[in-house]
Amino acid sequence: MLPWEFNILLVSVILLLKKIYANELTFELPDNAKECFHDNLKIGSHFTLEFQVITGGNYDVDLELKSPTGKILYRETKRQYDQIEKTAEEAGVYQFCFSNEFSTFTHKTIYIDWKVDGDPEHEITQPGPRVAESALTMIERNVERIHENLEKSIDYQTHHRLREATGRARAEDLNQRVQDWSLGQFMLIIFVAIGTVLLLRSFFSDRKTSNMTWNR
Amino acid sequence: MGNQSFLSVVFILVQLILTTHSLYFHIRETERKCFIEEIPDQTLVIGKYKVELFDANSNTYLPSTPGIGMHVEVKDPDEKVVLSKLYTSEGRFTFTSHIPGEHVICLYSNSTAWFGGQQLRVHLDIDIGEHAIDYQQVSAKEKLTELQLRVRQLLDQVEQISKEQNYQRYREERFRATSESTNQRVLWWSIAQLLILVIAGFWQMRHLKGFFEAKKLV
Repeated sequence: MLPWEFNILLVSVILLLKKIYANELTFELPDNAKECFHDNLKIGSHFTLEFQVITGGNYDVDLELKSPTGKILYRETKRQYDQIEKTAEEAGVYQFCFSNEFSTFTHKTIYIDWKVDGDPEHEITQPGPRVAESALTMIERNVERIHENLEKSIDYQTHHRLREATGRARAEDLNQRVQDWSLGQFMLIIFVAIGTVLLLRSFFSDRKTSNMTWNR
Repeated sequence: MGNQSFLSVVFILVQLILTTHSLYFHIRETERKCFIEEIPDQTLVIGKYKVELFDANSNTYLPSTPGIGMHVEVKDPDEKVVLSKLYTSEGRFTFTSHIPGEHVICLYSNSTAWFGGQQLRVHLDIDIGEHAIDYQQVSAKEKLTELQLRVRQLLDQVEQISKEQNYQRYREERFRATSESTNQRVLWWSIAQLLILVIAGFWQMRHLKGFFEAKKLV
């Protein structure tokens, strides 16, 4: 059993070799707008981009993922949800842009999950081929499996929450619209009723007397 | 004890190196960028950011001069401000949610320009719940073996899942309340509109009958 100080040093050294982290963001994309994100990656790093449109219009957005040399790695229009997993073949700044330029007046709320290799503070040791010296006990293997399954579970929960948010936003919007339009119709009925009567009165008030004067 | 200080130096160096890379985006000086995070209650959120200013001379982004600060404003689901502080060009903000729901984290620079302005590059990293836990620090503070640390991580993950499921129950309740409210509103407004139509019809007939009788047409 290695002393704990050596473990920390080992982990720190391993982490220095790779840049790894995860980032989840939800932002609002106004109509006719484009939002770009960039990240500096090393060769061989494995990245995953997951996005989902939560609210807005037809729940679709355009996405374009470009490598540092301008090569388009992914370009799709009007997608609601997708998961892109790629390995970086070039070192440099990768950029991905979301575009809502095809929409004239709907804002879209988009959730993105950007993962690069893993998460340094969150992950304890590296996934991948293990060194033969550190003998993996049965417990460690099972703990690793539980960890991966829990990660998946958290991921499913997140997606469930997003889909539910979509439904909830729609329901709240419907509730508000029912209120506004019903009130509007109510007032409209009253105005039309009074308006019709006034209009009818105006027909009979002026012309009748003028008709009578002419007939003489 | 020399070993201890050496290790802490290495540890700090690693943290510094790791914080130099992250996801970034560009905003104008006067622009305000907001991110929405839907989180359960009692959840820790840690945000780290770094701002760089575009330098026209060298056509690159340089770590900005002191003077550029970022205002971080966090609002809870009831639109109440939870955190509103001005930080320097590189900073870290933390808050714990007290109400479950959509929290809005807004960043904007403390620029005094009226509009436009220079471009800023903002590196941002937001960690929520169990992602916000720094296992290196936990291990260093509590002196855990690797296995103990991993089990600790499992415990934190399970707690996160449990909190999230509790939050889901709360959301579902809200959804149900909204649906019930819509149902009620449709019912009452329909009845009200029916009544107002009938009343309007009667009133019109009665009013016109009186009017024509007065005009001696009927």
